[in-house]
Formats: sequence, C-alpha cells, structure tokens
Amino acid sequence: MAIFNLKVNGKKLQVDVDGSTPILWVLRDHFKLLGTKFGCGMAQCGACTIHLDGEAVRSCSLPISVVQDSNITTIEGLSEDGEHPVQKAWLDIDVPQCGYCQVGQIMTASALLERNPNPTDEDIDIAMNGNICRCGTYVRIKEAIKAAAKN
Amino acid sequence: MTKVKTALDRRSFLKISAAASGGILIGFSWFAGCTPDTKNGKFVEVPNEWFEINSYIKIGDTGMVTIYSPNPEIGQNIKTSMPMIVAEELDADWNHVQVEQAPLNTGIYQNQFAGGSLSIRMGWTALRTAGATGRFMLLTAAAKEWGVTIDDVFAEKGIIKEKNGNRKISFGEIASKAVGIEIPKEVKLKDTKDFKLIGTSQQNVDGKKIVTGVPQYGIDFHREGMKIAVLKHAPAFGMKLKSFNEEEIKALPGVDDAFMVDISINGKANGNASPQFIAIVGDTTWPLLQAKKAIKATWETISELEDSEMHSKRMEAAIRTGKPNQRREDGNVKAAFKKAVKIIEKTYTAPFMAHNTMEPMNFFANVTTEGAEMIGPTQTPQSLERAVAGYLNMSVDKVSVNMTRMGGGFGRRLYPIFGVEAAAISKQIGKPVKLIYSREDDMSQGTYRPAYRSTYKAGLDKDNNLIAFSAKGAGVPNGGIYTNRYPAGTVDNYLVEKFAVKTNITTGAWRAPGSHFAAGAEQSFLDEVAELAGKDPLEFRLELFDRAINNPVGKKNDYDAKRYAGVLKLVKEKSGWGKTTPGVHRGVAAYYCHSTYVAEVVDVIMENGKPKVQKVWCAVDCGILVNPDAAKNIIQGGVIDGIGHAMYSELTFDKGVNQQSNFDTYQLIRHSQAPQDIEVFFVDNGISPTGLGEPGLPPVVAALANAMYKATGKRYYHQPFNTAEQA
Repeated sequence: MAIFNLKVNGKKLQVDVDGSTPILWVLRDHFKLLGTKFGCGMAQCGACTIHLDGEAVRSCSLPISVVQDSNITTIEGLSEDGEHPVQKAWLDIDVPQCGYCQVGQIMTASALLERNPNPTDEDIDIAMNGNICRCGTYVRIKEAIKAAAKN
Repeated sequence: MTKVKTALDRRSFLKISAAASGGILIGFSWFAGCTPDTKNGKFVEVPNEWFEINSYIKIGDTGMVTIYSPNPEIGQNIKTSMPMIVAEELDADWNHVQVEQAPLNTGIYQNQFAGGSLSIRMGWTALRTAGATGRFMLLTAAAKEWGVTIDDVFAEKGIIKEKNGNRKISFGEIASKAVGIEIPKEVKLKDTKDFKLIGTSQQNVDGKKIVTGVPQYGIDFHREGMKIAVLKHAPAFGMKLKSFNEEEIKALPGVDDAFMVDISINGKANGNASPQFIAIVGDTTWPLLQAKKAIKATWETISELEDSEMHSKRMEAAIRTGKPNQRREDGNVKAAFKKAVKIIEKTYTAPFMAHNTMEPMNFFANVTTEGAEMIGPTQTPQSLERAVAGYLNMSVDKVSVNMTRMGGGFGRRLYPIFGVEAAAISKQIGKPVKLIYSREDDMSQGTYRPAYRSTYKAGLDKDNNLIAFSAKGAGVPNGGIYTNRYPAGTVDNYLVEKFAVKTNITTGAWRAPGSHFAAGAEQSFLDEVAELAGKDPLEFRLELFDRAINNPVGKKNDYDAKRYAGVLKLVKEKSGWGKTTPGVHRGVAAYYCHSTYVAEVVDVIMENGKPKVQKVWCAVDCGILVNPDAAKNIIQGGVIDGIGHAMYSELTFDKGVNQQSNFDTYQLIRHSQAPQDIEVFFVDNGISPTGLGEPGLPPVVAALANAMYKATGKRYYHQPFNTAEQA
C-alpha cells in the first residue's frame, strides 16, 4: 500500500492503495465515480475508457502507479451537465439501448474529436474499434460522432 | 372505437386511491388485456393473477404524471414505449410524464418479466385501458365540477377543456377530486387513427442519465457498510470443488474472508452447473481479483468432461439414428424424394455462444434473520425471488427484489443463479454484499446458447417445383428447428424432426432462442434450393407463400402467410431488389418469430479480398409502431448483433473447459465490421403491436450468408463464417 495523489476532473484526490491497482477500481471503489464501467479487465472492450491528459485510455489496465502526475477526466468531468457536443449528439440521435458501454464510447469519441475535429469514416472506425457494444448501436454512434463534429 | 371492460364477474382490474402526496393513484392489472383462450369452444376462466394490481399511474396535484413501469429494462426501451401507451390514452402531456421502475413485491406485483419480446405485446390493452380509465375519471370529475356532462369536455395534453366554453382545468388541479369517482365498468379506447403520441419518436427517458454516467446499473449499486465479493466456479463442466487453500487466501491483503459456498438444495443443483464455489469478500474489488489468482483448489470430476468434437459427433449421430422428440410429416416424404428429379442436401452448424452482456453478472444481497433484500439486474425478478427464498428456506414474502437498469440481458439475466450466489454469501458473512463476476466468470459456467446441427434436404420435380422437403435438427441439448414454421404449409411432402443430445453444459435462452440458428439454416438452404430451381431467391420464397395463402398444406402452420409475404414484398421494393450494382452482392432472407415478421436484404462488397457488409435493408411487420425511432434502433441493433455472432463468435469446449473466456479470444463485432447503413421500414397495418427485441436478428444470419455467397462463390454452412476454412 502507498499514498497516491491524483488529479481527477480538476480535483486533487488522495488514495492509499497497492500500486498495481487499476485506475478503474480506484475511481469506482474509492472515489465512487461510478460512470466509468467495468467490462473485461483487459483493455479489450473499452467500457472503462477515461481521458489521461486528453488521450482516451482503458482504465481497467492502467495501474495507479503510472498516472500520478497526469490529469484524469471521467464522464463525470467531461461536461457540467451533459452539455458536451458528443453527449448532446448522443441524445439527439438517441444512440443508447442498454447504455452500459456508452460512457466508454463517448469518452473515446470525445478524445477523437479533440485531436481530429473532422474524422472520416475510417478515422472513426480506427478510433472506436476498441469499444464494443453488444446491443449493436454502432451505426448510430458513427452518426452521432459526425453530428458532434459539425458542432 | 373499441370498448373494453374494466371488470369481470364484478372483480375489477383497476383500483383507485388517493396519492399520498396529493392527486390520484390508479392501480391496474398488467394482464387485464390478455384474452383467455377458448378451449373446446368453452370459455376458460380468467386466472386470479389477472386481477392483481401490478402497475400504477400517479397523477400528482402539480399535474406531473408518474408511470411506474413494471417490466425490467434491458435496453429494449420499454421504459419509454410502455408509458407512452398509457400517456396516449390518458391524453397526458408527455413533457410532464416521468417514468419510474417499479420494484418487485410479492403480493402486490406479479409476473414482471423481460424476455421473448413480450413486454409490449402483453401490455398493450392493459396499458391503454388504464390510461383511458384515468382520462374518463378526470373528465368526469371536471364535468361534475362545472355542472356539465362528460360529453361536454375533452382532454388535451394534460388539460381538460370545455367543448363549447372557455373553462379549462389541469389534470393536477382536478386529480384529487377524481378519486371519489366510481370506476367505469367499461371504457372507450381511442381509434388508432386518433393517436397523437403513439407513432411519434420519443427519446429514451433514461438517455440523459446514460450519457452523463449517472449510476443506475446493478454494478453501480452502493450502500454504506456493504462488502464486495468475487467468486470462483469450477473450472470445467463436470467438476466439483473439494477444497482450497482457504487460510492462505484469507491472509492476503484486502481480504476479509474466503470460504466455500454450496447453493444446491438438498443435494440438487437446480440447473446450476457449479453450485459449489469459492467466495472471497473484502471492501474493494482489486485486492479480491488479485486474491482469486492465488487460489489453489482441488476439484473432483463428477461427470463426463465434454468437448466440441464430441458434441459434433453426437449431434450427427442423433440426426442419423436418434429418436425425434418432435416430428411433423405431411404427405409422403420418402416417396416424393424418389420421384424428385433434382435433390439437394446440406448441413448447417453453429457453436455454443456466451451472452456477454457488457455489464457482467452482479447482484446486491442483504440477508438477515428477518428476510432478504435483493437489488440488481434481473429479467425475471419473480423467479429470482423464488430461487432466493428456496435457498434460504424463507417464505417469498420475506424476500424483496428491486430492479436496476441492466447493462444488457439477451436471456442471461432470465436465470437467477447469480442472485442466489449473492444471497448465500451475504448469509454466510451476515452483512450486505455486492457480488461481481469478472468477464472470465461471466463467460464460464454460463447459460449458453446451445450448439446446433441441422440437415436440410429438398426435392424438385422436372418443372422445378418443390415437391419434397425434410429438415432434421439436433442440438446440445436440443435442436434448433421448428415443426410448424415456414416452409411448413407450402410443400405437400414435408418432414421436420427434432433431436436432443444430453450434456452437462448449462444452456438457456439467448436473444431469439433457437430462431437465430433455424432462420440462418433454413433461409440459407432455401436460397440454394431457389438456385437449383433456377429461380430468383426472393421470387421463389413468394411463390411458396402463394401456396400457403391459397391452398396451405396442414392446419398448424405457425405464421400468417400474407404478413410474411408482405415484408418480403416491402423489402423487395425498398431495396430495389433485382437491380444490379457493380461490386455489390446481395442476399435476402425473411423470418417470423416472437410474433413479428422481418425480411432483410444485405449488400456485401469485397474489401481487401474479404466480404464486408455495406448496407442492410429491413422490412418489419410488428403491427402498430409505438416509438418509431426506438423501434428502428432495436432492429438495427439486432442486425448488427446477428451479423457479429454469425461471423465471429464461438465458444468451444475441451475437457469440459470453455476455451474462450474474454474478448481477446471470444470475438464480438466491432465498429469497423458493422454496416455503414441500416435502413428500416415498417408495415403500416394498425394491428396490435408485437415485440422487437429479438425478431430483427434471425433473418440477417441467412441474408448475410446468401450475400457472401454472391460475393465469394462459396456457401457458408458453419458458424462462425469467418473461420480459416470458410473465409
């Protein structure tokens, strides 16, 4: 166990855990930031996607020991009240079915648009390929990303 | 205009009371809309449970209407569409309607269930009746207030107005006065052409919560003082836990306790392949997942350790020499095949599949001497309640079940095992606990989609008419084939036989159970039969439907041939079937299951030497469309899910052990593999609505295989299609 200092959604937070603890479980179990989801535990499904210094990363496979000085953004910190263009597009196009994977999809999509404001279909496929949706909302996700890109 | 009764033999399906916070509470029975079957021409008595009040509408004194949605939400969007039906008949303002998930509480609620695409189909009349009764009572109260008759007033978006006057009053202002009005014996339902809300697209009522990450799934549930638990099941089907290094595990950091649990009852496993398991309990998840890796357990083999090759051979043998458990024969199939000029026979297979809901199984349990409190994701709260009560040897009224939103269901959460496991762990530690499966736990010891094998055979006469048809299907544990489905009724000499193969692998319902395989096999086969007959595959199917419409063979054919042909004609028109586009290869299929008809055309292109789905066209007949955009969404989802599982997903066994246990080895469809576009068209026929969660999936399996054949010249008989041998 060791003390780790983190910056999550602009706030400085401290936690005493083993250095191997993935940031996902720190967020969920210690900080009660439950928007970030557990899906596979091996960075295969993307349900746990967060931003680490603006980059989309899989928090289930990212030990806390390597993220000390980075800025972490979770869905709770993406916008004040769901007003991020990506979140708005998701609502306008009514993307979700069960909704469980959508936070991860939104985090990956928002990071993509941050570095590439006008992605092609191929750019979207490449960026989003790590995020699985079992309900099959992929067509709408792509539509929502394009809509968000316009705004 | 339809009139429906609100009572039968003086017993009412409705109950009115004053809402605690002001306003009116209308309780109603979910089952009031069901029509009893007539058996031998006699009227069958209405079951008592049909009078149980299991749903509520609350009209508060502020005018806010709360509709308690009794059925579990697994992503099929009924939490939006079912309340829309109530709001339509009530004439409420949809902007002032809020929807709450009703809990399960034995004695009050009955038969809450999400499965079989049944929610809308079963709720349709009951929801309309409840809404119409509410409107009647509010109108009556307003008319009384103004000293006019009910015919002098009408409701619009939550406001009651005078027809020939200026007076108006809101639902909120009149609600509490409606409490004293007598429940009408019958109410008028709207003409479907007068619907204002039904048929308009309304956004998911939980949309904002979903996109902002508000905790609402079972895995998000938290209560102060609650423990976290993880578990380890037997590593193989056919194995049982004997012992493990309990003391070593207990000594690990972050572990409060570790122990063996047995949830069998009187030695009976109750359909649970691994009733004995190891539980590890602590305050946070990660140390427990680490501790799991340190488990050294001894397992004993108690039954056969099966493998996939064994399953394959057993299914093949069952079809060849087994005794069918279901059978239908019309005409004389043997004689007809002798007469046939051309004969074709093909075998189709599909592997076991895991459900892989994105939210792994989990449940919260708080078991005390007083009772058990269960909170979590379940498609069958009542069955979970019974199973927990059975295990704890408590009466069901001591068990409460609250449903959270579910991160997918697809059939997996119809089974209560994980709830019982959580209850058993809570009982052992004497504390509230949330049990969480890892993805590996979720994909192992599952209630899998069975493995299937079917052999289809057809005979044509010299004029290329289909004169003989036979289909024999085996499955582990039972065949994916239906005796009375299409093409039953279209061929004079018709035979279907279904065979079972015993297994110790647990299986169960999986999105469109049985139908997804049956549709893939049957509709791929008919494509090949059409080709052999030298006919267009779509026209060939329509030709068979003509027979079923005009002069059907047999009486038990389980479909309406006109509606079936209708979706094919619609998809033909919308997709421009028959026109050719260079580089685009087309396949078609249609299927009827879960009371909904769907036909699909798949456009495949070749990309880097491999077939890829570019576009899918769907024609759907589900009767009246309640929430069109949401309906379109779920059909699109079914199509993508169907393409994905047919192309990529497979669970195999070796020595009783599933060989895939996470997404690195078990492939689910990803963004880049999904079609660019899926167009969905609905038949507008005013028939009472049926479900959509399942029917979009089955036909795409065959439409895909048929399109890929056009692209590659190869037929695809074995799922997943994307294997080295077939790709």
